[in-house]
Amino acid sequence: MKNKKLNSLMASPYILWSIAFIIIPLIMVFYYGLTDKDGAFTLENITAITAPEHIKALSIALLLSLISTVICLLLAYPLAMILANMKGNQDKLIVLIFILPMWMNFLLRTLAWQTLLEKSGVINQVLEFLHLPALEIINTPYAIILGMVYNFLPFMILPIYNVLCKIDPNVINAAKDLGANNFMTFIKITLPLSIPGIISGITMVFVPALTTFIISNLLGGSKILLIGNVIEQEFLQANNWHLGSGLSMVLMIFIVISMIVTAIFDKDGEGSAL
Amino acid sequence: MKKIVKKILIVMLVSVLSMTILSACSSSGGENGVVYVYNWGEYIDPETIEMFEEETGIEVVYDEYETNEIMYPKVEAGAVSYDLVCPSDYMIQKMIDNDLLQEINWANIPNASNIGEQYYVQSEEFDPGNKYAVPYCWGTVGILYNKTMVDEPIDSWTVLWDEKYENNILMQDSVRDAFMVALKVNGHSMNSMDEAELQAAKELLIEQKPLVQAYVVDQVRDKMIGGEAAIGVIYSGEAIYTQRENPDLEYVIPKEGTNVWIDSWCILKDAQNVENAEKFIDFMCRPDIALMNFEYITYSTPNDAARELIEDDDIRNSTIAFPDLSQYENLETFSYLGEEGDELYNNLWKEIKSE
Repeated sequence: MKNKKLNSLMASPYILWSIAFIIIPLIMVFYYGLTDKDGAFTLENITAITAPEHIKALSIALLLSLISTVICLLLAYPLAMILANMKGNQDKLIVLIFILPMWMNFLLRTLAWQTLLEKSGVINQVLEFLHLPALEIINTPYAIILGMVYNFLPFMILPIYNVLCKIDPNVINAAKDLGANNFMTFIKITLPLSIPGIISGITMVFVPALTTFIISNLLGGSKILLIGNVIEQEFLQANNWHLGSGLSMVLMIFIVISMIVTAIFDKDGEGSAL
Repeated sequence: MKKIVKKILIVMLVSVLSMTILSACSSSGGENGVVYVYNWGEYIDPETIEMFEEETGIEVVYDEYETNEIMYPKVEAGAVSYDLVCPSDYMIQKMIDNDLLQEINWANIPNASNIGEQYYVQSEEFDPGNKYAVPYCWGTVGILYNKTMVDEPIDSWTVLWDEKYENNILMQDSVRDAFMVALKVNGHSMNSMDEAELQAAKELLIEQKPLVQAYVVDQVRDKMIGGEAAIGVIYSGEAIYTQRENPDLEYVIPKEGTNVWIDSWCILKDAQNVENAEKFIDFMCRPDIALMNFEYITYSTPNDAARELIEDDDIRNSTIAFPDLSQYENLETFSYLGEEGDELYNNLWKEIKSE
């Protein structure tokens, strides 16, 4: 009994926090999304997603975030395996190296990439010095993908690494005792056991990549309009909070889908426990 | 309706916040109270604020915004009760239309007489009768180009459509400025509401898109200084600064005409500290203070008395900072086109951007 009281007391800051910064903002988004300028109910802001320019922005955003997620997964999985197999405290150090850049502001890191990739930027100056052809990806979709992969890679590595660490080495030894080679062990044992981590990694990369607008602004030269940019513009330039909220609600559908997928595969919350 | 709901939501949010946060920052202000100022980013010499606080004993609470469009909803919602804002021409007109400003009591701002007559005349375009706005900065929009990277002297917007400069052009990433360029190229008014004229401008901007390196706002300055691009659309106030950093850069007002803009101090209708706001404006209009600000931000000052104090002849007679506007044709100032106009422009802009 006493314990229960203590629990609810401990939870109260979090409840207040979520009311102030999750529930009320969500109510506001839904209110604006479902009304027009005069405050009357309408679904127009949501059906507006079918306008050609919005469909296009959404499909480019989906495409770029999918590509980035796949690249992140391909890069992160082998690395997570290497880390998980390291002895002693070596892995902790390498994980730290991957987390370290996250201590710096996300905006600054993206701006740094702009300086690196620019026509007369650092990378091109080095290439020029070596008489190699210049790298011309700034202000193209490739630069946006690079920015997404760079910024979100740690979110893929950590959950997978976490899950891999928790796999009991005896399970793998048993597989080998029973005659499975390394490849078979990986396919039949390691991979299935690491799926919760993979799924939560995919969510943690895909969702922010899908909704980003800063990366496409800074590295895409504002030439490539993602759905995040459309929403940003509706709020900041067009001052049309209704349309912006309506489009955000459409985006939420994708986020909810990925949350459901995570919940199904990651029942124990293993992957998300960083 | 919209306003009421917005207020209710804000009150809810504020009350929840105040439950969680023990208000530790109740500022009582300086000995003579406080004034809440909301100005453009990097648009004042910070030292002048300190001087004002020292001289008057009024504490200045100073916030910054990046665009008129970001400023407007915040002021409209009244979430923070600012006393003083510094919007541009068309935004002032919109704020007057929506009853957000209060009339200036000119008797309390004696230094306003330092501002040249011609700027008040120009202000009449958006503030008839000079009731609400005290000019603070003004300028033009033009082309900044790198002399070492172009072959011919540049005097026309059409250079922004020259395929020679593919991937070497920086456009403004803001609706009205981008459309201004295209409308001027076609010889139309930049305040056009004509469907056909706007469609033509849209087509022109879509045609230009493959040549554009990037759509940027403040970054035009740094990218031009760094030699990233040959040509950029820029505000005249940035031109002097960029030239100081990179002497290869040259600024020109295109022959098809351009936007002449004025940013002005306005007192908000709901201002709590009107007297202090008046003192602040008056202080900003003092010649020595206006000069300090001009030298710091390099945007042209409408303050004639301050211009007289500029020691460097080249700057005082600079055709960039103080162009003789009578030499140019088709100069215009943006006017507010109503909600309908805003929406029309924004939708067309979205079509261009998603192309």
